[in-house]
Amino acid sequence: MVDATYDIALDPLARSASLRYAAGRIAIYSFLGFFALIYLLPLFVVVANSFRELPEITRNGLIALPHSFSLKAWPQAWAHYCVAGTCEGIKRNFYNSLIMTIPATIASTLLGAINGYVLSKWRFPGSETLFVCILLGVFMPGQVALLPWAYILGNLRLSDSVYGLILVHVIQGISFTTLFCRNYYVNIPDDLIKAARIDGAGFWRIFAKIILPLSPPILIVTVIWQFTGIWNEFLFGLVFTGGTQQPITAALVALATSQMNAHPYDVASSAVLIGAIPPLLIYLFGGKYFVRGLTQGAIK
Amino acid sequence: MATLTISGLHKRFGTVEVLRGIDLEARTGEFVALVGPSGCGKSTLLAMIAGLESVSEGEIRIDGRLVNSVAPKDRDIAMVFQSYALYPTMTARQNMTFGMESRGVPKAEQEAAIKRVAALLQIEPLLNRKPGQLSGGQRQRVAMGRALVRDPKLFLFDEPLSNLDAKLRVDMRTEIKKLHLRVGKTTIYVTHDQIEAMTLASRIAVMHQGSIQQFDEPQVVYDHPANIFVAGFMGSPSMNFIPGELTKVDGHPAVAIALAGGETAMLPLPQPPQSRPANGKVVLGVRPEHLFRYDPNLKSQKAGLAMLTAPVEVVEPTGAETHAVLKVGEREIVGRFDPDGAPRLGELLPLGIDMAHACLFDPDTQALIRQGSA
Repeated sequence: MVDATYDIALDPLARSASLRYAAGRIAIYSFLGFFALIYLLPLFVVVANSFRELPEITRNGLIALPHSFSLKAWPQAWAHYCVAGTCEGIKRNFYNSLIMTIPATIASTLLGAINGYVLSKWRFPGSETLFVCILLGVFMPGQVALLPWAYILGNLRLSDSVYGLILVHVIQGISFTTLFCRNYYVNIPDDLIKAARIDGAGFWRIFAKIILPLSPPILIVTVIWQFTGIWNEFLFGLVFTGGTQQPITAALVALATSQMNAHPYDVASSAVLIGAIPPLLIYLFGGKYFVRGLTQGAIK
Repeated sequence: MATLTISGLHKRFGTVEVLRGIDLEARTGEFVALVGPSGCGKSTLLAMIAGLESVSEGEIRIDGRLVNSVAPKDRDIAMVFQSYALYPTMTARQNMTFGMESRGVPKAEQEAAIKRVAALLQIEPLLNRKPGQLSGGQRQRVAMGRALVRDPKLFLFDEPLSNLDAKLRVDMRTEIKKLHLRVGKTTIYVTHDQIEAMTLASRIAVMHQGSIQQFDEPQVVYDHPANIFVAGFMGSPSMNFIPGELTKVDGHPAVAIALAGGETAMLPLPQPPQSRPANGKVVLGVRPEHLFRYDPNLKSQKAGLAMLTAPVEVVEPTGAETHAVLKVGEREIVGRFDPDGAPRLGELLPLGIDMAHACLFDPDTQALIRQGSA
């Protein structure tokens, strides 16, 4: 009883406060929802167009609600569509991208881990300077390296080849992977290394038995970063390869720009989506580790 | 069984000299504590013995063999770290076998060593747990186990107890002492805690600013500190230092100290100083436990008891004893008293000083002035 009177006494004040709070929340969420919608709209357009029939697209326009449904564009994009004279779809380019991205990701991650291990646990005179030099690569735009790479790939006879692209991506990626791993390994106590040295373990044994088992969080971050980065990269692919050697991103550019007859919006849309699937999957399965790995600090 | 001999050891990082000529030796089975404030170089010295830091100058010998440029793994040592440095991804058992695997010890031998050490340290139930699943004290045991499976010539401890809470630290201290009595390995133990050094060591090396101030048995270090630094570092509460002047009373040597209000107290010395600073000025060092509430009965028991009066400024009961801060001249000194008859706040205490246990220091060189007939 006493409580009730007490509540009533405060009620008008509490009501207006909670109303104001609710209004504020509604405003914030509608604001955020609105921008999320704008952000998602292009994706919606592409997904919708990949399932529309081409005549309907040309009739109603590219940005319109779908009035037809067809699965034809997908197999067309995957295996049959003709780009620059060859009619194999983007299948080959998709495989090219896999052949390029997987080894380049693994190699650059491993090299980054070894670099990070040396730069954090086996410092030598000048190692800090070296680290700063490696860091410069993080801030250098890729196009700066275009000409030197053209020269090197030409001399190595690796131009117009997926293997040339692997080399480019491994080297270009080392800056990032080294930075990630070095900053993670710095937090591993040096005493572990000292204890292992007294225990008789050498450079590689310490790396394999002590450092690598502690590395999964940062390796997941690095792999996701490298995989999506290399897969989505198209400047090097476009410049250094052509036709059957092109990765999927470069092929998509070719597909979008080859306008023989009516623009194949349906096929282009499904091709774009096919090209987006692998990084999407990687992020879907690894995303939570990505955030966890980036925010994870020292190992105790 | 093994000895450690260090002579003329220097360590420089660029222009900074961290160790300035260390001479140290540990006899077979001895427990040597390196003690000093942080930054005194004790951990660097230990790292050099372990081979984790290079030698700038001088010699380190283990069992007579010069090991200056021998790799840590080939020095036949084992080390326990302050952070324990257990490999986080391995179980306790794997932590202990890692070193043996690196050295290619046969599996059967590894098993036998694990069995022996696990029984010794009573860690059998913990062997399959990872460090993350162990408490601080358990990690400490596993870290010691990892050192013990090696059966090394030399045991190195780097502040192994500083990460434990106060109660556990005392327990583990006793454990380490028991362990050393049982295993009997030559041990070098680094600590900043003078009580750990006193309780564990057969000899203590007190370090300060990169050099050893005194290297002797614990009681000798405590009773006859080589200089003012050692005297102040060993013992808690610290030794009291009172400036005074050498003089004579009735032909017997005494120390005159200034009291408040221009008065002077004459404290007779039971043993004459062996040397005399040029101007006669000395620093009188008195440990807190050598201060008493004066009464004539006590005087008959303690021959060297000198008396003066001092106002009581602060009283701190600790249970077992009561600490009191007293004012002597311009200085504050601390005494440890029996709770029965402890000084009361504001009281003008008749203070007895046991001069037979007091130390004299030269204020210029800071060194101890030895007393007694030369």
